[in-house]
Amino acid sequence: MDWNKYEAVIGLEVHSQMLTETKTFCGCSTKFGNPPNSNVCPVCLGMPGVLPVLNRRLVEFAIKMGLATNCRITPYSIFARKNYFYPDLPKGYQISQFEEPICVDGYVEIEKKDGTQKKIGLVRIHMEEDAGKSIHDQGKETLVDLNRCGVPLLEIVSKPDIRSGEEAYLYLQQIRQIVTYLGICDGNMEEGSLRCDANVSIRLRGETRLGTKTEIKNMNSFRNVERALDVEIDRQYLLIESGDRVKQETLLYDADTNEVRPMRSKEEANDYRYFPDPDLVPVVIDDAWIEKVRASQPELPMERRNRYMREFSLPKYDSEILTAEKEVADYYEEIVSGLKLKTEAAYKQASNYVMTDVLRVVNEKSVKIGEFTIRPSQLSRMIDLINEGTISTKLAKEVFDEMLRSGESPDSIVEKKGLRQLSDESEIGKVVEEVLQANPDEVGKYIGGKEKLFGFFVGEIMKKTRGKANPKMLNDLLRQKLDRLKN
Amino acid sequence: MDVTIKDVEHIAKLAKLNFSDEEKEKFTAQFNEILSFMQKLDELDTSKVEPLSHVIELENVMREDVVKPSLPTGDALKNAPSKTDKFFKVPKVIER
Repeated sequence: MDWNKYEAVIGLEVHSQMLTETKTFCGCSTKFGNPPNSNVCPVCLGMPGVLPVLNRRLVEFAIKMGLATNCRITPYSIFARKNYFYPDLPKGYQISQFEEPICVDGYVEIEKKDGTQKKIGLVRIHMEEDAGKSIHDQGKETLVDLNRCGVPLLEIVSKPDIRSGEEAYLYLQQIRQIVTYLGICDGNMEEGSLRCDANVSIRLRGETRLGTKTEIKNMNSFRNVERALDVEIDRQYLLIESGDRVKQETLLYDADTNEVRPMRSKEEANDYRYFPDPDLVPVVIDDAWIEKVRASQPELPMERRNRYMREFSLPKYDSEILTAEKEVADYYEEIVSGLKLKTEAAYKQASNYVMTDVLRVVNEKSVKIGEFTIRPSQLSRMIDLINEGTISTKLAKEVFDEMLRSGESPDSIVEKKGLRQLSDESEIGKVVEEVLQANPDEVGKYIGGKEKLFGFFVGEIMKKTRGKANPKMLNDLLRQKLDRLKN
Repeated sequence: MDVTIKDVEHIAKLAKLNFSDEEKEKFTAQFNEILSFMQKLDELDTSKVEPLSHVIELENVMREDVVKPSLPTGDALKNAPSKTDKFFKVPKVIER
């Protein structure tokens, strides 16, 4: 079978929950985890006679997202009612945007494993409100909590530019990085702050029309999106190759079995009867507002990564890991700015400590880097101590562990534990002498040509100095002495 | 275009309402009456008129993102025909 005849055509709809203090159209708190039905009021409960009033910060967040994804910000945008009945939607309609969404026609750039870049187009980004939460697994009836009802969302709709599960994964990663860098969403897919539905079809390569698409839901992690899409692409391919047809339907992804299965088979095509919401007046955004938001935009992940490669001469790999999360990048930069000895080597050392030691512990303890015991200034000082020759990298490891335990400053740890590196030539020389005298047999063999024993002497000397001898000095002195004995 | 009985059935279904056959006939006729009354508007030349989404000439009515007190849970649940002490209770709805 020739899989290469076909290509997949994927479009993603991402719902991103906004980090506003209050809901979209009322002053109820958006705080997660409050007791059920305690963040509700007549507006979000859909009581008759109430009037929704738009949250200004949501508009600002939407403009931020639009600018970060190269969208055009619509000068005049309106809200619409999307009508359907479900118990978690007490009004019987969701306030959303249909015609005239706030942002249109942007793109997000992804970079594939082989280094090639690709633009994934965005059709639109619009503002809408979330629905409540239904709990189905308690007793005979469904319980409804409306705390989430009315919490603001941005829906980000991509063009059908995505061609594989991998591209979908990378696109989502970019979206997640952008929203978290902008500080408008916490980006947590497992907790539902980012939700993703996919439209998938396949077609013969070169064909410009779209094939019949299916919609996949219930993918609660980036990896699951990638897997679900790959499974669905294969399924459609096998259907078509066996002379069958793809049926337009909604599928649910089951992560346990790695399968997709139909969600509702009998339901007729959705008919949401969108119409402009008469309760809400148009949102008019002038250039001054856009420019004000633009001026407050932070550096975006891709820009920051490129700057790390340029400014700190870091490898791309390091730069990507360090900038994947804004907090990690901030942490790294705080170390760098605290360094007294600002050299490329020190930047790389800082990167190594963050990527390996810091992130290892942070992940093990699953804490946020902002709450990590060791503060960036402590690491700056530790790296300076290494580069001043006060401690060796080996002893730095001990300093690191002690900082983790006690939170003390590197200097006081070095003093207290006597970790100061031995950098006195005559003292090291004395130890070298002692070790050589104590091991006449080995010295003999070394002179006889068994040069591997050099390491043995180094080990002995380190033992005697409790690891504190300046390694370079030790090496030089030992080599000199042994060479002299040889001749 | 005329409204047919099928359209009425579709709209009733979306509204989760059940009607008798006589009612459906009656509504079909009424829908058509309303539409033909509205068709009077077609006599106007609107080719140079911008589409209007709102009749009130207001824009950018917004509020600051500041938390206001919510309703006590007990009050929020007061009108619910079925409830627990914290939740609204509805007949089981599962989409899977």
